[in-house]
Amino acid sequence: FFQYCLSGHPTLPCNVLKFKSTTIMLDCGLDMTSTLNFLPLPLVQSPRLSKLPGWVLKDGSTFLDKELKDCSGHVFVDSVPEFCLPETELLDLSTVDVILISNYHCMMALPYITEYTGFTGTVYATEPTVQIGRLLMEELVNSIERVPKAQSASMWKNKEVQRLLPAPLKDAVEVSMWRKCYTMPEVNSALSKIQLVGYSQKIELFGAVQVTPLSSGYALGSSNWIIQSHYEKVSYVSGSSLLTTHPQPMDQASLKNSDVLILTGLTQIPTANPDGMVGEFCSNLAMTVRNGGNVLVPCYPSGVIYDLLECLYQYIDSAGLSNVPFYFISPVANSSLEFSQIFAEWLCHNKQTKVYLPEPPFPHAELIQTNKLKHYPSIHGDFSNDFKQPCVVFTGHPSLRFGDVVHFMELWGKSSLNTVIFTEPDFSYLDALAPYQPLAMKCVYCPIDTRLNFIQVSKLLKEVQPLHVVCPEQYTQPPPTQSHRTDLMIDCQPPPMSYRRAEVLTLPYKRRYEKIEIMPELADSLVPLEIKPGISLATVSAVLHTKDNKHVLQLPPKPPQPPASKKRKRVSDDVPECKPLKPLLSGSIPVDQFVQTLEKHGFSDVKVEDTAKGHIVLLQEAETLIQIEEDSTHIICDNDEPLRVKLRDLVLKFLQKF
Amino acid sequence: FSFFCLLPGAGQDVGRSCILVSIAGKNVMLDCGMHMGYNDDRRFPDFSYITQNGRLTDFLDCVIISHFHLDHCGALPYFSEMVGYDGPIYMTHPTKAICPILLEDYRKITVDKKGETNFFTSQMIKDCMKKVIAVHLHQTVQVDEELEIKAYYAGHVLGAAMFQIKAGCESVVYTGDYNMTPDRHLGAAWIDKCRPDLLISESTYATTIRDSKRCRERDFLKKVHETVERGGKVLIPVFALGRAQELCILLETFWERMNLKAPIYFSTGLTEKANHYYKLFITWTNQKIRKTFVQRNMFEFKHIKAFDRAFADNPGPMVVFATPGMLHAGQSLQIFRKWAGNEKNMVIMPGYCVQGTVGHKILSGQRKLEMEGRQILEVKMQVEYMSFSAHADAKGIMQLIRQAEPRNVLLVHGEAKKMEFLKQKIEQEFHVNCYMPANGETTTIFTNPSIPVDISLGLLKRETAIGLLPDAKKPKLMHGSLIMKDNSFRLVSPEQALKELGLTEHQLRFTCRVHIQDPRKEHETVLRVYNHLKGVLKDYSVQHLPDGSITVESILIQATAHSEDQGTKVLLVSWTYQDEELGSYLTSLLKKGLPQSTS
Repeated sequence: FFQYCLSGHPTLPCNVLKFKSTTIMLDCGLDMTSTLNFLPLPLVQSPRLSKLPGWVLKDGSTFLDKELKDCSGHVFVDSVPEFCLPETELLDLSTVDVILISNYHCMMALPYITEYTGFTGTVYATEPTVQIGRLLMEELVNSIERVPKAQSASMWKNKEVQRLLPAPLKDAVEVSMWRKCYTMPEVNSALSKIQLVGYSQKIELFGAVQVTPLSSGYALGSSNWIIQSHYEKVSYVSGSSLLTTHPQPMDQASLKNSDVLILTGLTQIPTANPDGMVGEFCSNLAMTVRNGGNVLVPCYPSGVIYDLLECLYQYIDSAGLSNVPFYFISPVANSSLEFSQIFAEWLCHNKQTKVYLPEPPFPHAELIQTNKLKHYPSIHGDFSNDFKQPCVVFTGHPSLRFGDVVHFMELWGKSSLNTVIFTEPDFSYLDALAPYQPLAMKCVYCPIDTRLNFIQVSKLLKEVQPLHVVCPEQYTQPPPTQSHRTDLMIDCQPPPMSYRRAEVLTLPYKRRYEKIEIMPELADSLVPLEIKPGISLATVSAVLHTKDNKHVLQLPPKPPQPPASKKRKRVSDDVPECKPLKPLLSGSIPVDQFVQTLEKHGFSDVKVEDTAKGHIVLLQEAETLIQIEEDSTHIICDNDEPLRVKLRDLVLKFLQKF
Repeated sequence: FSFFCLLPGAGQDVGRSCILVSIAGKNVMLDCGMHMGYNDDRRFPDFSYITQNGRLTDFLDCVIISHFHLDHCGALPYFSEMVGYDGPIYMTHPTKAICPILLEDYRKITVDKKGETNFFTSQMIKDCMKKVIAVHLHQTVQVDEELEIKAYYAGHVLGAAMFQIKAGCESVVYTGDYNMTPDRHLGAAWIDKCRPDLLISESTYATTIRDSKRCRERDFLKKVHETVERGGKVLIPVFALGRAQELCILLETFWERMNLKAPIYFSTGLTEKANHYYKLFITWTNQKIRKTFVQRNMFEFKHIKAFDRAFADNPGPMVVFATPGMLHAGQSLQIFRKWAGNEKNMVIMPGYCVQGTVGHKILSGQRKLEMEGRQILEVKMQVEYMSFSAHADAKGIMQLIRQAEPRNVLLVHGEAKKMEFLKQKIEQEFHVNCYMPANGETTTIFTNPSIPVDISLGLLKRETAIGLLPDAKKPKLMHGSLIMKDNSFRLVSPEQALKELGLTEHQLRFTCRVHIQDPRKEHETVLRVYNHLKGVLKDYSVQHLPDGSITVESILIQATAHSEDQGTKVLLVSWTYQDEELGSYLTSLLKKGLPQSTS
């Protein structure tokens, strides 16, 4: 078994597993941190951004000043933002049979894989994953396509040029592989290749492998995957949570007895407690609004936002915020809010029970009904008429490089009354804010990442006890900024095998058995013998058929001719063709009984001689000698076939066949 | 290897479903329905059929409910709370949500309105539902180590499912009620090629091949429209959930298109609630509704309003959907009694009616009905039957059999005569056994499953490697030893079997003396023998070793001079028991002597 590691991002994984005869891609996450190197795409002409000076090399050359802009000492690419794709050269991606998706964040690179690599297989994902994944992609495509950018910079990517650039551009990896965003037709085509699956559904792949999604507790429809044959089990754990938020709880029991457990998607903020962060979020929000400021929450259109809205639903009245408008702005805001209410079966128990009443599972339905929460597809249109300040705005994209959030950053950035609260953990907030500097607005960092932390991981591993753990290399050492925190790494025995981008791992596993089916007719013909107490044995001579990786044993066909006919016309016709296999023999021959048997069968002149290792039985008249030892019998006779056969059968009476 | 299907309820009757299946030592009860035609003890299945004495919980491994119709789940609280069952009950999420509401509704009609006692209480319904475990579509639910179940989409009503039950090597599929054609709000039933040993299929419409859906819909709309035009009232008895929603969508769009003004009402407080369920479980509806629900929810009606009892006496035309569907009780029966005397009015029965119900009586042509208190009700209103209930017709049943490829089929939930016709058709077309047991009858079906065993990879690889030779088409015999220990079966090579059992091999060897006439020197004789064998045995490895012996595969041939006769040479041919065929063949070959020297 091999694992090809196509992504180095531990929470946006992309691995390919060669398991038995199948090639399985596990997730295809898209690393969007690359966009932090680009200038934001403003929805409305921004004089500040358009006036940024071009970047000049130390030696004064200005040939890059069209492509690179300088903003308060940081250099940004002035171009359509680009994403860092999973490795596409490590193996031929057209050979991938299936792609398993674990959650909607880990499928954002799907169109690049399914549309550009010759991929002809099937993608498996749960229904919420697909529906919400579609919304994320729609929002992404929409926010980039709405702001057509004339220029597409490429000169800076030249290796010679890149070397001269300041960090972080200098250190950006594989910039030549960075790609522009896909289009909606590509998204639709990619999504049409997905087959919907439910938790604990067993999916057979080519008869050789079975894959099963399990609830992972992280997001609506998020799953871990079991990849197994009859004798080996690989668990793929990606983005799991043990906290009780809105999704169905994580299924841990089914991960037991794994030979290999691949562990990805742990929390990106291991030091922050999500509950504490939610509390801080609420109090900062309330404080800002009370002081007459606006609150901006850069976020994805699905996921944590549901939990934040639920908290606010309980909080706003007690905090005296009942009259403050909450706006959710995204091209998919309405869809996201609607979809969240129809996935009852994928929700935690409390929310499920509500649906039985029947009531909508999420309280944001009530916030909308009472006009406390309003949603708009964009800042244009109705929103501009309804817009009242101070207010709270939820909008994307969390990278602050595109989407409606860019507008609010430009609008509110100059006033210290306003606050931007970062809740999404995918982007460093300092990097995200860099092109908006200098900034008067207050910034609060409350990252909410509900995925497993290292304490939970070690508990989980103790409980499910995999034979081997495989994880990204980042998890095998403390975070670079906190090298003394040896508690912030995976600790297990045997130590985990780590991988990095563009590496191929050989997974440690050796199997010894395979499943085979014995047809009923053959089973009926078997004669089991008890060899030892409780252990029986039957010799099987059968025809092996193998089809679609399934093995079946059938009764051998009856020989067309009875073997009795000994008449031979021409010697060459009779060269034995298909050797019927003879069983192995075991046991020993008690000489006295053997001699008695011989005598019973008409051999009157039997003589026995002792030798060092056994006996020699002589049949004088027949000039035949039978050497009997503990583990062997040797019959030496003239070429008298009937005699030989007779003696053989007498010997076989004392032996067991295998 | 066998199943037992005990049918306390279903069988050759559409009354109620309740089937007991025993498969590989596991006992599963499929559905727990009540009979709507009876008002006495006969309405519930007789559970003493299952176990004479002893607790149901000990006997049954689980109970599965296919959908929320009362003829499939109506006896559940009676069964679990009054007879007593504490084991797991499985149903889909929508069924779990809706079923208690219908049960409570029915309880109210029976106990509160009719004043019957000896019926389950509200608390019993609640306690019963606590034992329910909700399942997802296609999820494999492990009931215990050996027993697993899996739900498939069945159409029919919201949340309806077919269930596959698997234990050991055997499997059964129970369809419940299903519909193979998508309708205005639900999709079509679907199952994969799971090849169950037994398929238990409903057969309500066993002989009907219903005309196209569009025709039926047009017909329905025409009848409603005509009646309303002439100022008549239309009563459509329905169950609150299911067909009602489809007909509502149909009328809603028709009213919109034709700009009609006559009011449409939907009776009982269930309506709004019912539609809410459809909104929340929209993932269970058909593709079209699911796709467009964000823009427009099909279950928010403009023209259809809530009914008030007083409206029934209003003058002028109107259309009323009223529950229950078979006119056996409740509001639909009340309205029916009010409107039955006027020939301008019409009642449209959009589904099947069980024997004994008013619905069944008027459909079979009865026009004078004896009501409670010996009162005779004369029916002058027009009575129409439209098959809108979402059951599979004969074509659909055949289609499902084609999809699942069962080895045996068992028909239930139908009428004997019709089932007989379908049974013949199934046996003819699919060449599988088809059964149609009566109520309470037990059917035993013998299965003949293959036995899965573990084969050692070494042995398998050895065999498949041989199989890869040019003549791979020829079946190859493989030889192995099956070790049976504590119910585990392992097929290993004979060598490994010996080793594992701590036994040593006993070698049986034969050496035969063959005399041939050849005056030449020994080594020349050997050479002649070698050339001869090489000539004859072209496909074998024949070797002449430096020590003067010859090997054919593993068979050793040595030559010595005869002690008395120099002209005779003695060939010693030696082989093991495993090479007996070849060894024996070689001796007979050599015995015939060598061909005349060619050198």
